[in-house]
Amino acid sequence: MAVRRLHSDQPSSFAFSAENLAWAEATIARYPEGRQASAVIPLLWRAQEQIGGWITEPAIRRVADMLGMAHIRVYEIATFYTMFQLSPVGKKAHVQVCGTTPCMLRGSRALIETCRDRIAGHPHELSKDGSFSWEEVECLGSCANAPLVQIGKDTFEDLTPEALEKILDAFSRGKQPLPGSQAGRKASCPKGGATTLKDAALYDGSRSRDWRTRFPELAGSAPGGSLASAGVMTAAPQAPAKSAINPAAQAAMANAGLVPELEKRGTGRPLPQGEIEKLKPEGIRSAIGSGLVASAVVLGREQAGDVEKPELLNAPQGARRDDLKLIWGVGPKLEEALNALGIYHYSQIAAWTERNLKWVDENLEDFRGRAVRDKWIEQARKLASGWRPDGGSGNKPKV
Amino acid sequence: MKLEDKDRIFRNLYGFHDSGLKGAIARGAWDETKFVIDKGHDWIISEVKASGLRGRGGAGFPTGLKWSFMPKADFRPSYLVVNADESEPGSCKDREILRHDAHLLIEGALLASFAMRAHTCYVYVRGEYIREREALSRAIDEAYASRLIGRGNVHGWDFDMYVHHGAGAYICGEETAMLESLEGKKGQPRLKPPFPANVGLWGAPTTINNVESIAVVPDILRRGAGWFSGLGKPNNTGTKLFQISGHVERPCVVEEEMGIPLRQLIEEHAGGVAGGWDNLLAVIPGGSSVALVPADECQDLTMDFDALSKVKSGLGTAAVIVMAKEFAGETTDIVRAIARISYFYKHESCGQCTPCREGTGWMWRVLERMAEGRAEKREIDELLDVTKQVEGHTICALGDAAAWPVQGLIRHFRGEIERRIEDYQASRKEAAE
Repeated sequence: MAVRRLHSDQPSSFAFSAENLAWAEATIARYPEGRQASAVIPLLWRAQEQIGGWITEPAIRRVADMLGMAHIRVYEIATFYTMFQLSPVGKKAHVQVCGTTPCMLRGSRALIETCRDRIAGHPHELSKDGSFSWEEVECLGSCANAPLVQIGKDTFEDLTPEALEKILDAFSRGKQPLPGSQAGRKASCPKGGATTLKDAALYDGSRSRDWRTRFPELAGSAPGGSLASAGVMTAAPQAPAKSAINPAAQAAMANAGLVPELEKRGTGRPLPQGEIEKLKPEGIRSAIGSGLVASAVVLGREQAGDVEKPELLNAPQGARRDDLKLIWGVGPKLEEALNALGIYHYSQIAAWTERNLKWVDENLEDFRGRAVRDKWIEQARKLASGWRPDGGSGNKPKV
Repeated sequence: MKLEDKDRIFRNLYGFHDSGLKGAIARGAWDETKFVIDKGHDWIISEVKASGLRGRGGAGFPTGLKWSFMPKADFRPSYLVVNADESEPGSCKDREILRHDAHLLIEGALLASFAMRAHTCYVYVRGEYIREREALSRAIDEAYASRLIGRGNVHGWDFDMYVHHGAGAYICGEETAMLESLEGKKGQPRLKPPFPANVGLWGAPTTINNVESIAVVPDILRRGAGWFSGLGKPNNTGTKLFQISGHVERPCVVEEEMGIPLRQLIEEHAGGVAGGWDNLLAVIPGGSSVALVPADECQDLTMDFDALSKVKSGLGTAAVIVMAKEFAGETTDIVRAIARISYFYKHESCGQCTPCREGTGWMWRVLERMAEGRAEKREIDELLDVTKQVEGHTICALGDAAAWPVQGLIRHFRGEIERRIEDYQASRKEAAE
């Protein structure tokens, strides 16, 4: 156990940025209703990143309030988990040197001496110019690449004091040095070349289906497996009846190159890029549907009748658009995505059918599931009738 | 004994190939997953049982048996929690799976969840693995986008998979501490019973499995229990990711057969002990929690659960920490090496149980003194006695894990500690004269 206390000098307030707030909402939604306290570590971590590497007392209160937790419970979390820094860290880099036995055996003591000489005499103490700080941490979980340090999100492995000096030099110049092994090897592959995984047949797909001979019932099955028979990954002429997605969409997906052997086997007929563009429904803009696969899936679902594209606009009707952020659950990012799709007004959303809603839902890449879960149609109807929530971010719909 | 490439499960261990969906499919992942699922819940569990797979997180509990503890019909939802809180000093295998072969884990999680009738899986990744978390999230997004997982996916079993993370607490790798942490509390282990299969995450039936245990499941189900159990030794079947660190020529992570001789493992894959086999001092064969094995017992030692428990050590996570007599011109200080492990447990004790909270710090302080020789010989037995008072008297196994390395040190290097005490006392005597 380590005794950890909050810093003596605390700022007066903390607020998440709009972007982080939207992210926080999405994170809370990963846990069942009433279990939002589960999001406490991710939220505190995001707060630490926003503040610049440490956790302040107002941030603890703010996170507690957002999650409906007692302040003391979040205080406990911040002091229990040692990745939460309780005092300011170096502006350019906070160096975390792994000092546990496997690293110690490979020379981490020397790295700590380097930090002591170069940064500050004690861990958690800022360097004179405030740019650097360091600490010794417990096992970083990269023991085959010992010794190593972690700076921010990256690890710098197979270090010597000289290599660490170079990395610190780069950070002090404001550069981001290349992470990973500093001894020129890939991941935890033995230096000088791998002793295993040399058989080319592991990678050309020639052996990956050998197991099927175990099951006589698979003898006649389509290459590409269940993915093919379900029509998701490949065109499968042998089993078209099972397919929930039309052949055009299958071909589009095949073209996305998900199964490289496809062409070789001659089971799918990839289409030129222009053809695929024509196949895509108008509403799917590349800004939203980043993946051709996702678009093709939606295309398939649309033709199967599960979803239906609502009417979309090229520009807001009249001079101004509605503030879609007043819909509970919609933040600036999501509003941007909706605008990009051609959705600007409460009245538009209020007029949707459930199938329209599902279409939109499936076209909101990172936010899939939100439109249906947060009952946008119901919310938009209320807003279209002139009602406005008390706060700035809408009211949560009753589930 | 040597594993052939065709029998390897982690075909992109080092990340030389595409770690995305496309690459994973080319290497055989997601092939006829629907066919496997259509075989049914019980078929999957019995196949995993028959494969002899034992949990890869350290304790080696049979995975299939663990799954069979889950209730078949319950009004509560069931959960699968994947333990990616890899923090055991010496261990660095799950990291490679998360960043290079994440689709094996995702497919395995789907199959395991289906077998246990769970629709939701949380992966608890240790806080420090930020890039690994990003890689896993990317892979999960791909799987969602291709409807391999999610609601209404092509496999016909609704399945949501979420990435959760910790923030630097080793204890959260203990399964009930992990559940506490997932619920937004301090990671302090729960008393068992009730076991997580009955009362787990948010009070619902939960199974917690290590990343590697889950990631090998798709290959076991496809190629068959017979294939997996044909590798390794009886009761210690299959392949295993070994992590070789410390004083070897070329530290690395490598997949090998269970039961491979230690010497063969080190010499074939890690370039041998630095300075040659005769330079070997001792090996910690399973991560910091297990007792060290001195060089003279290493010659014919095989790397499996049973052989290592016979020498009063353990396979743990198969994290082999090698210590040479001399490395880079310096003599290895074995007492300090173990004292550093004791410091680790002092740092990571959650503080809930008195024997561990007080004992870990006490053991560390005494070992630090012994490393310098500033102790009395009778204190060696006193220290041994304290380790026995910690061992088995705490809620979770961290107390045991803190005690065993110290016991191993005293068992095999008592003479070394005594010599230091004598040297120190002699130098004091000299100074006084």
